[in-house]
Amino acid sequence: MSDEASAYEPVIGLEIHVQLRTRTKMFCGCQVSFGDPPNTHTCPTCLGLPGALPVANERAFHFGLMIGLALGSEIAPRSLFHRKNYFYPDNPKGYQISQYDIPLCRGGHLGDVRIHRVHLEEDAAKLNHIGHSGRIHGADRSWVDFNRCGTPLVEIVTEPDLRSAEHAREWLTDLRETLRQLGVSDVNMEEGSLRCDANVSVRPRGSEELGTKTELKNMNSFRFLERGVRAEIERQISLVEAGESVIQQTLHFDPSTGDLTPLRSKEEAHDYRYFPEPDLVPVLASEEMLAAARADLPAELPRQRARRFEQELGLSPGRARELAFRVELADYFEAALAAVGQGNGAGGPDPVELANWIPLLVERIGSAADPAQSKVAPASLATLAGMVAARDVSRDAAREVLAKLAAEGGDPREIVEREGLGTLSGEGSELAVIVAKAIQSNPDAAEQVRAGNMRAIGPLVGYVMRETRGRAEGGEVTRLIRERLGLA
Amino acid sequence: MLDRAQVLHVARLARLALDEDEVQRMTQELSKVLDHIEKIRELDLHGVPPTSHVVDVTGSLRSDEPTPSLPPEAAIAEAPEPVQTPAGGGFGVPSPGQPQ
Amino acid sequence: MSKITDLSAAQAATAVREGQLEADEVFAAYLERARGDELNAFTWLAEEPPGWGQAGRLPLGGVPLAVKDLFCTEGAPSQSGSRILEGYRPPYTATVVRKLQDAGAPLLGKTNQDEFAMGSSTENSAFGPVLNPWDRRRVPGGSSGGSAAAVAAGLAPWAIGTDTGGSIRQPAALCGVVGVKPTYGACSRYGMIAFASSLDQAGPLTRDVTDAALLLSHMVGHDGHDATSLDLPGPIELPRSEDLRGLRLGVPEELTGSESGVEPGVRDCFEALLALAEKLGASVAPCRLPHAPHALSAYYLIAPAEASANLARFDGVRYGLRVDGDADLLSLYERTRATGFGAEVKRRIMLGTYALSSGYYDAYYGTAQKVRTKISEDFREAFAEFDFVVTPTSPWTAFELGAKTEDPLAMYLNDFCTVPMSLAGIPAVSIPCGLSDGLPVGFQLAGPAFSESRLLDAAFALEQAIDFDASVVRA
Repeated sequence: MSDEASAYEPVIGLEIHVQLRTRTKMFCGCQVSFGDPPNTHTCPTCLGLPGALPVANERAFHFGLMIGLALGSEIAPRSLFHRKNYFYPDNPKGYQISQYDIPLCRGGHLGDVRIHRVHLEEDAAKLNHIGHSGRIHGADRSWVDFNRCGTPLVEIVTEPDLRSAEHAREWLTDLRETLRQLGVSDVNMEEGSLRCDANVSVRPRGSEELGTKTELKNMNSFRFLERGVRAEIERQISLVEAGESVIQQTLHFDPSTGDLTPLRSKEEAHDYRYFPEPDLVPVLASEEMLAAARADLPAELPRQRARRFEQELGLSPGRARELAFRVELADYFEAALAAVGQGNGAGGPDPVELANWIPLLVERIGSAADPAQSKVAPASLATLAGMVAARDVSRDAAREVLAKLAAEGGDPREIVEREGLGTLSGEGSELAVIVAKAIQSNPDAAEQVRAGNMRAIGPLVGYVMRETRGRAEGGEVTRLIRERLGLA
Repeated sequence: MLDRAQVLHVARLARLALDEDEVQRMTQELSKVLDHIEKIRELDLHGVPPTSHVVDVTGSLRSDEPTPSLPPEAAIAEAPEPVQTPAGGGFGVPSPGQPQ
Repeated sequence: MSKITDLSAAQAATAVREGQLEADEVFAAYLERARGDELNAFTWLAEEPPGWGQAGRLPLGGVPLAVKDLFCTEGAPSQSGSRILEGYRPPYTATVVRKLQDAGAPLLGKTNQDEFAMGSSTENSAFGPVLNPWDRRRVPGGSSGGSAAAVAAGLAPWAIGTDTGGSIRQPAALCGVVGVKPTYGACSRYGMIAFASSLDQAGPLTRDVTDAALLLSHMVGHDGHDATSLDLPGPIELPRSEDLRGLRLGVPEELTGSESGVEPGVRDCFEALLALAEKLGASVAPCRLPHAPHALSAYYLIAPAEASANLARFDGVRYGLRVDGDADLLSLYERTRATGFGAEVKRRIMLGTYALSSGYYDAYYGTAQKVRTKISEDFREAFAEFDFVVTPTSPWTAFELGAKTEDPLAMYLNDFCTVPMSLAGIPAVSIPCGLSDGLPVGFQLAGPAFSESRLLDAAFALEQAIDFDASVVRA
């Protein structure tokens, strides 16, 4: 049973970790890296050697402030670091330096999802599994690479405002695009610079209370995130429908099977014993720092652009979001709009019409491609959209023109001319001839239409469309057939 | 005032294996120390802010400029179980039972 | 001609700079004495003089330095008195040690200490206790017992130690030498194997106040590797005062009165010194530190809590001792730490972990940090009326080896005069002021933050007037 049809609604919150694009680590001057030979970017501080001390990276703060401003969060005037204490081989000090009750930012939102908090912390080392030691009673072996250890992270936690697995994936895509445009991170899930855990619960539709939530970890692609969340929603709904309760636990996603495996819930209940980090002093978010962060924000962030598309250009919220959160599409769209005013078509299309053509273009060139790199010049798309609006070419024919443009480039008017794809107008004799033929070839249908059964007109219209290779405009064909049959 | 179960729990949090003798001694000694320390809870500290940093320093940020890292041989020089992989050297450990 | 080792460090440095002595001569003289160490003061010695040709141009004249084991010294063992770091050689050197080397004080050796600086007698060292040169049946104090004994016995011209709750001042008092704990943040902690981060400070242990000022002046200063370090408003001046005219000294009843627990012999010395101070022109009056009686309790919550986190890195993964490497990860952690840490360290880790644990944070750690705020306030109010607060450094003289090891609480009481200054982060000096039953007694002066130069000046004036002769233990 699909989520929407169930009597229960999913409630999802996300916990996102973003690796920052600083040159050096959060608390030491070692370079941030990916894929370099192991343990070649370490020092006493990020190795957790005795006597080493942390010193915070000012650029990481700068990026943290930019993220807070972009999300409309409240920035803490005075921020504290805390020690989060636990033992694990990828955690060399036996504590991670993070933020606890005085995080860098609180509140904010992106689209319809509220942000709970944003804070700074350091990344753990990388643990690599080797396998069995070969000794009879020996444990399996792993080894640790500390290159990643200490990389600056921003953790973003949302309120549980998401309502479906698809919603979660879409929203995360929007967040990713925002962060990418800020230039603060590579936000690449495959490389680990963007990581996302999900908290999932279900409740009866209409209820305001929250159900027991489970935590899903290790979903390292957008596809896996959606799959994992969907699987967990289904699992929870089955449980509660059967009258059973959901146990609070952490579930680990296995990408090879798509299964969610529970970790031993009791053992994993950590007491982190947070206390303020004595080796670091409080950081004040001064007016200077805030001004510098504001100055580095792009002129218009995706959500601001989406709002402008909606309010000033009249695009639907869905279409506005679709374009604004992919900068290549939005840039192309605006270039096309600008080209319209340069004597391209008679009056030009309205933005809503033009915006509808972008997804069609994306279909043609592939969703990963940048339309600006394609053979379809923005002016060409604008011209084509204008021609459709002016009925110089039918919608179907225009799709063919687009295919040609994508393959060879060029000017749409030329292509229409060359391929003979122009709309057959009702005034021309060519169309009249084909309409006559249609009626002749389908006498039964024609008879039924004359008798008043409008549904029988289908085959007649179809005939004309086929004969004209879609160049006639459907509504116009229907009118001509009716006229020919003597109907009003 | 500290019972055996608490001592065992704290020892687990601190990753300290205590033998039976130590558990008993620790229970006694810690209880005695805590009894003495407890007295500060009788003070009227209403409205007193905790000291998290005794120096009046704020800021102390570092510029994002790289500084030299340790050569990898120096990094793993003191490793109890140095591991050589095709890519380079690392720190060997028993595998943790479950993913974190 | 007197022996090289009869000269104070400052005198030896001057002699080298003026060409009367070679730096290597000075080093060799001390190395020979250190090799004859019967007090177990050293855990490691340099093999030979460094052969510095240019030492004569450097301010500290090549006069060698004994360094407490917990300072990281690249290539030399840095064990913090613990089995869990036995033989550990770090790949870097502590900032404070590097600054002193750059100023012309080469490393003579590493000195013995209580394990991870936890203790007041150096009996908690994994490498055996240190003996007090005044009476070898007795402790030198701790945790910087090795540094204090080495200087007192003339095995080193000067030394550095660390002070968290009294670990420089108290052994200085018990060994009849000068010890200084500077303002928190004045010296970089980078490379100091941590005990309690918000309390640890490096400082000098020397024969006299002039040596302490000279050494300290080359230790202080903001370090980019330590976010809590800061620059003092002005340089540390070499002391010159001949009297204490105009100085107002406050004597806190809570730490010195008849109910406080100070031994009669110590109190007599202390009061004699107050009389001397008045003769030198100071005014002496009682002052109040109302929360001082609670300082020990707050300290024994804050320090172990921070230590429990600082010592979590000793897990057998990247360096140091590893036990049960073939077993599962949990066993490796638990057995390595059980084997590598001594009893006192385990006690404090347990205490600290408990104080931070879920449900107990507010009652213990949280409350202790509030008491700390009150203690800082108490000192600020006292310093509005007085220039310095004065107390005996230690409530008693050196006790016998083994006398307090069975009772942790009794051992903790060693620190009740020194801990309040640590909690407030203010500087304090201990100078020898006399003998009680043949054992040294220490006098402590504490001042507001950044008052090092004035403190040392006052200590100097008193020192000249007291004229304490410690040469007998250097023979």
